[in-house]
Amino acid sequence: MDLILFLTFAIIAVVCALSMALQRHPVASALSLIGVMVSLAVLYVLLGAEFIAAAQLVVYSGAIMVLFIFVIMLLNAGAEKMTHKAGLAEFLGIPLLLLFLAFSTWVITNATPAGKMIKFGNFTGGGPREVGWELFTRYVLPFEVTSILILIAIAGAVRLANRELD
Amino acid sequence: MDYLLVSTIKMLIIAPALLATLAYVVWVERKVIAHVQLRVGPYFVGPHGLLQPIADAVKLLTKEDFIPSGVNHFFYWLAPWLGLMFAVTGIAVIPFGPVVEIFGIKTNLGLADLNIGLLWILGLAGMGVYGIALAGWSSNNKYALLGGLRSSAQMISYELPMALALAAPLLISNSLNLREVVDTQAGYAFGFVPNWNLFTGFQIVGFVVYMICGFAETNRIPFDLPEAENELVAGFHSEYSSMKFAAFFMAEYCNMVIVCSVATALYLGGWHPIVPQAISPLVPAVFHWVLAGALFYHGMHPARPADKRTFPVFGAILGALGFLFVAPGIGPIVTPLFWFLGKVAFLLFFFIWVRATLPRFRYDQLMKIAWLFLFPVALLNLLATALGVTLFGK
Repeated sequence: MDLILFLTFAIIAVVCALSMALQRHPVASALSLIGVMVSLAVLYVLLGAEFIAAAQLVVYSGAIMVLFIFVIMLLNAGAEKMTHKAGLAEFLGIPLLLLFLAFSTWVITNATPAGKMIKFGNFTGGGPREVGWELFTRYVLPFEVTSILILIAIAGAVRLANRELD
Repeated sequence: MDYLLVSTIKMLIIAPALLATLAYVVWVERKVIAHVQLRVGPYFVGPHGLLQPIADAVKLLTKEDFIPSGVNHFFYWLAPWLGLMFAVTGIAVIPFGPVVEIFGIKTNLGLADLNIGLLWILGLAGMGVYGIALAGWSSNNKYALLGGLRSSAQMISYELPMALALAAPLLISNSLNLREVVDTQAGYAFGFVPNWNLFTGFQIVGFVVYMICGFAETNRIPFDLPEAENELVAGFHSEYSSMKFAAFFMAEYCNMVIVCSVATALYLGGWHPIVPQAISPLVPAVFHWVLAGALFYHGMHPARPADKRTFPVFGAILGALGFLFVAPGIGPIVTPLFWFLGKVAFLLFFFIWVRATLPRFRYDQLMKIAWLFLFPVALLNLLATALGVTLFGK
């Protein structure tokens, strides 16, 4: 059952990712990205990380992508046209992509210790309580630094918007 | 396998019940608004217009499904069903009642028992905006596009105070699981005040903020700017007809039901009665008998010749239903259901009542309320609740 679900949503995620890159229309690309994020959320649930899955749904597909779609609709961006391709990309594009795939596969297989397979259902500490506890004890410094970073970004955005208004 | 079978049976009960509720909420809304405005509302299809929802469904199903030129076909087709899907899946985590024993099988009344139940609802509420935004964009109509844009801006703005307001009762209950949240609201303070978050949790401010945001999230009056008739024809669904149009309406009413159910579970104690536990099954029974008596009285009255057959029949059904609550075995199952559904029904009535009463906001007022009033109030409420929980415990 776990394997069937994993394969289904992994395939959906990959197909949506390809569709995001290949679609001509910005709205279609954005929707494909939402498909990727939702299937990733399902994969998180399968791994036992329920809170991360819910956060993925609420934050990425619920809030950030709505803003993306909002901006695309506001600008009323139409379908993009294919211009002449860059010469380098035409010859080296696909070989470089394959090379990159091979390299990342090699890195991942070497980075994980041999004989230690991760099974679905092995991991259970993915509830909100456990995640919150870890965030505010072991990872409290990165957590606070990230919030300050976001605060700086907000202040910058307000400053830029104010200058436009003046 | 047992779990799968029980879940399937529950799904087969809850899904048709939800759809029937959606259809009849429309009837109740038309009736209530009509009586507020001194009209009678639907009257001709069935007794007191009771079969009107079925007539509406037949009309919508058989109507021509017109697709205007220049629309983006795939998204035009996808949008209403996407909106409806995200609306109805929310019902899965609503706890309708406690764990009960039916035919020797112990089960909880409700579909899924997620320990991230509330986040699931918030996630779906966030996704629900896609149906409306895509409908507005793909319709190839500037009014529809404006409606879609307004709706996405409105939903993003009101999600923030809504989530902040919802966080306060979670602090008190120390859980994200809706069933556990309801469980912590059992019992009474001083022997008679129900231990609901609204009363003993001092969440009255949070409740008001949540309900206001609920109106905005479901695009109801006074926040129905996305479909403001005098400015935007019908807003995001201007170009939709037939079943696709019905899908938008079902999504809106389903969102209403879910908002009211979440409010019931988080603030109003879920299935816990407002009266002392000892007379808890008697209240719904007496309520049904009084209703049955009223129907009999009006059915026999010579001033109502049209109702002389239907009212006594409905009265007899209601009177029989009243006996279910005091019957051994069935009583403990239906009494919590009555309290939960009764509270939801009251909140739904409140939604309709507001629609019959208030005019629409202006767009700048709408944004000001969200960011300058609701957001700070919800934040202060959350801080005060956190302080209270730290000082006095749960």
